[in-house]
Amino acid sequence: MTYEAVIGLESHVELLTETKLFCSCPNEFGAEPNTNVCPVCLGLPGSLPVLNERAVELALRLAEALNFTVPERSLFARKNYFYPDMPKDFQISQYEEPILADGQLEIDGVMIGIERAHLEEDTGKSLHVGGGGRIHEAAHSLIDYNRAGVPLMEIVSRPDIRTAEQARAYVAELRGVLLAIGLSDVKMEEGSMRVDANVSLRKTGASEFGTKVEVKNMNSLRSLGRASEHEIERQAAVLDAGERIPQETRHWDESEGRTHGMRSKEGSSDYRYFPEPDLLPVSPTAEARDKARGSLPELPAAMRARLVNLGISEQGARTLVDAGLATHTSTAVVNLAVGKARDVEVLELGAVLAHINETGESPTDLRLTAEGTAELADLVASGVISGSQGKEVAAVSLTAGTSPKAVVEERGLAQVSDESELAAIIDAVIAANPDEVAAYRAGDEKAQKKKRGFFMGEAMKATKGSGNPQVLNSLLDDRLKG
Amino acid sequence: MTALEIAAAVRAGERSAREVVDEHLATIEARESEIHAFNLVLADEARAAADAVDAAIAAGDDPGPLAGVPVALKDNLCTRGIRTTGGSRILDDWHPPYDATVVERLRAAGAVAVGKTNLDEFAMGSSTENSAFGPTSNPHDLTRVPGGSSGGSAAAVAAGFAPISLGSDTGGSIRQPAAMCGVVGVKPTYGRVSRYGLIAFASSLDQIGPFGATVADAALALDVIGGPDPRDSTCIPDAPPSLIDSLDGGVDGVRVGIVEELTDAEGVEPEVRDAVLRAAAALEAAGATVDRVSVPSVVYGISAYYMIAPAEASSNLARYDGVRYGLRVDGDDVLSMNARTRAAGFGPEVKRRIMLGTYALSAGYYDAYYGKAQRVRTLIIRDFAHAFESHNVLLTPTAPTVAFKIGEKSADPLSMYLADVCTVPSSLAGHAAMSVPFGTGAANMPVGVQVLAPALAEVVMFRVAQVLESAQ
Repeated sequence: MTYEAVIGLESHVELLTETKLFCSCPNEFGAEPNTNVCPVCLGLPGSLPVLNERAVELALRLAEALNFTVPERSLFARKNYFYPDMPKDFQISQYEEPILADGQLEIDGVMIGIERAHLEEDTGKSLHVGGGGRIHEAAHSLIDYNRAGVPLMEIVSRPDIRTAEQARAYVAELRGVLLAIGLSDVKMEEGSMRVDANVSLRKTGASEFGTKVEVKNMNSLRSLGRASEHEIERQAAVLDAGERIPQETRHWDESEGRTHGMRSKEGSSDYRYFPEPDLLPVSPTAEARDKARGSLPELPAAMRARLVNLGISEQGARTLVDAGLATHTSTAVVNLAVGKARDVEVLELGAVLAHINETGESPTDLRLTAEGTAELADLVASGVISGSQGKEVAAVSLTAGTSPKAVVEERGLAQVSDESELAAIIDAVIAANPDEVAAYRAGDEKAQKKKRGFFMGEAMKATKGSGNPQVLNSLLDDRLKG
Repeated sequence: MTALEIAAAVRAGERSAREVVDEHLATIEARESEIHAFNLVLADEARAAADAVDAAIAAGDDPGPLAGVPVALKDNLCTRGIRTTGGSRILDDWHPPYDATVVERLRAAGAVAVGKTNLDEFAMGSSTENSAFGPTSNPHDLTRVPGGSSGGSAAAVAAGFAPISLGSDTGGSIRQPAAMCGVVGVKPTYGRVSRYGLIAFASSLDQIGPFGATVADAALALDVIGGPDPRDSTCIPDAPPSLIDSLDGGVDGVRVGIVEELTDAEGVEPEVRDAVLRAAAALEAAGATVDRVSVPSVVYGISAYYMIAPAEASSNLARYDGVRYGLRVDGDDVLSMNARTRAAGFGPEVKRRIMLGTYALSAGYYDAYYGKAQRVRTLIIRDFAHAFESHNVLLTPTAPTVAFKIGEKSADPLSMYLADVCTVPSSLAGHAAMSVPFGTGAANMPVGVQVLAPALAEVVMFRVAQVLESAQ
């Protein structure tokens, strides 16, 4: 039996605001527990929420970026349920009237519909001590309310996604957009972006949906792709065995590479939603929408197109844009004197990306500037240093902030390309290794290749690595012919 | 002395705030044990605050329009560092880390808080018998209730413990006890006074307002506590006009309507009905035009109110779960701790309303109950709008009866709920309303007449009240 997968994704992202959604406590990660709290986010009796205008501004920007409709008014609603890390025992969210409706995102030529995006507050964080980390078996629990009231946006796609790869690509593109417009720092590993997938299968060609399963706990793009793929295979196997898929929530286990059914909650939950009486309806003005339109930065698709136009490869452009290196790269390219875009791309995809992945530094405040990167690419392109030296210099500049030219000078890295100087070295190497020369000349192609590496190594040793490899190669050709 | 007289004398240096406060504390000392208006008397704090007012005067500063005026605060208003109970056991010994906006404003105007007044638990009740700390007696007859839920605040003014007090009104909780205790009580337009720091009962209906021995004192207090507050999103952002400065405008040409459905209703005592008619006559004599008007949907007010208010309450009171503050009764796990804490901490009326409200919001019932109640609310607003097209203010009884005996209605919640029949409609509409004492009824107990005005029409409402006061 062949099946078609139907996937819808619910993405929760933390908003990059200075303060929380309904009070003026700082919205920051990693503070001492229970220090970023006040009567409002602790839900003390008598406290009242006041909406953070910045959250609305960010939502309006998203509306422009993803072509959402902005309803004339949206409403906050209370989602009622008891949980210790939720200070009021209800969450202020949006239910029937979200702030954004009907958006879309293009993924490789396919339009993925986005049903809605709404604002809501985050809960606190529980730490259950003992009993395997679950609340019901824990010896005791500690609660940190710093996260309580942090602004979240939930973005719900339509079930328009058909493959695991498309799901991965949708989230990658969504992340890029959210990052570009400054709505979130979208770090899946740190939890500032959380994605749940609703996955169902239907017979190829069928129009009705199958029973959907909600998959949670995917902490990276890679695990989203793997989990979706796994869930599609798992469901196909269940259906092939003639069984039904129960509607349930499943937990992705990254190390085992499979999903587990979660213990179902006792009884069904009834959140008793009703309009939040402490907040007014949100009705964005035309001016606010104009402002959002005016402040909209370049989006990933446009960034990629711009990089490709500058001579960066398609794949390179995608990687660099996703890494937040689009501006760094494009500025470097336009500052080149003799180098090519390709030389910049090699540095950005190599040394720069490796540095960011290692240090977690922000692509916007790298110590190797875009201009420095251009300078370095020029040094490589003009043969002053080799490509591998370029990588080393970049690493030094990224760490120490020294300009590439200064690094090259300090370390005496400038490449020796003078033919007569290098010819003397080659001659000395040949003279010192007569057996090796004989073996080379007697050997077949494979043996020659091996020996050649030996001679190159000796020559490089003699030049302390600064010999121009092309020049050395052609000299070796000449001398070894015999 | 009225609040106006006290403030004038203190500001002029004719009397010290300390002297005024000591007098009031002496009155409290003499009668509080029989009345029980307070959950907490703040004698030391009041003396210290009065001394600070006197020091300011001595230094040539003006402490403000309520300089040295003793005030009593309903015990659901947060007071920084001072125990606030909401009339409930569940808050246990909670000391808020902040002052309600109204408390800040009173202090900033030179007022001196003398105590936290008793109330029905979480303001749910019409007699102050639902307090976890025992009932309050009506100063006019100790065997009778003071009304509720702000019974302590009404009794405090009636007993001379303070010329001004604050209460909260969700469906009549200021106006009804004002009528029963023979004092002035005001429910301002929804949004005129910040709710920040008021322990919520039903957020879309709750409104803080003043009690005063006179109409002018109530106006003065409302001027001080009202106005925009960035901490309450539902607070009206424009500064309202002063009431105290426009009190004496009279009622010449003011169009007054007597609401038939509430004045002629079954259950309204004849003396109460008679008071409304005499009040109308007094206004007519002062130059107003008076006729009768029908506002048909008000008869559904109680039904709608007892869906909407409990629904919001069920959510507002969820936070009393034993986790962060207040009472905690341990259990085998978190849910049983929550349940045991709430079982032990809430009284029967609060539990009844939480259950009602939870049910009204449940999946499958929402439209039939909460949704329908909201539609009735819309209907009431529409009918009032129609009546206010041809009238500036409306008159009704405040309560259908004079104060009843303690214990008389406690076994019958429904008959208790009907005590709010006249006050609930303007709460649902978000309008301004106030109760003015107007003679006495059965057992020589005070009767109040209710003046209703559209949203933000407090100026004309107070002028009418002022005329009624001087007509007696």
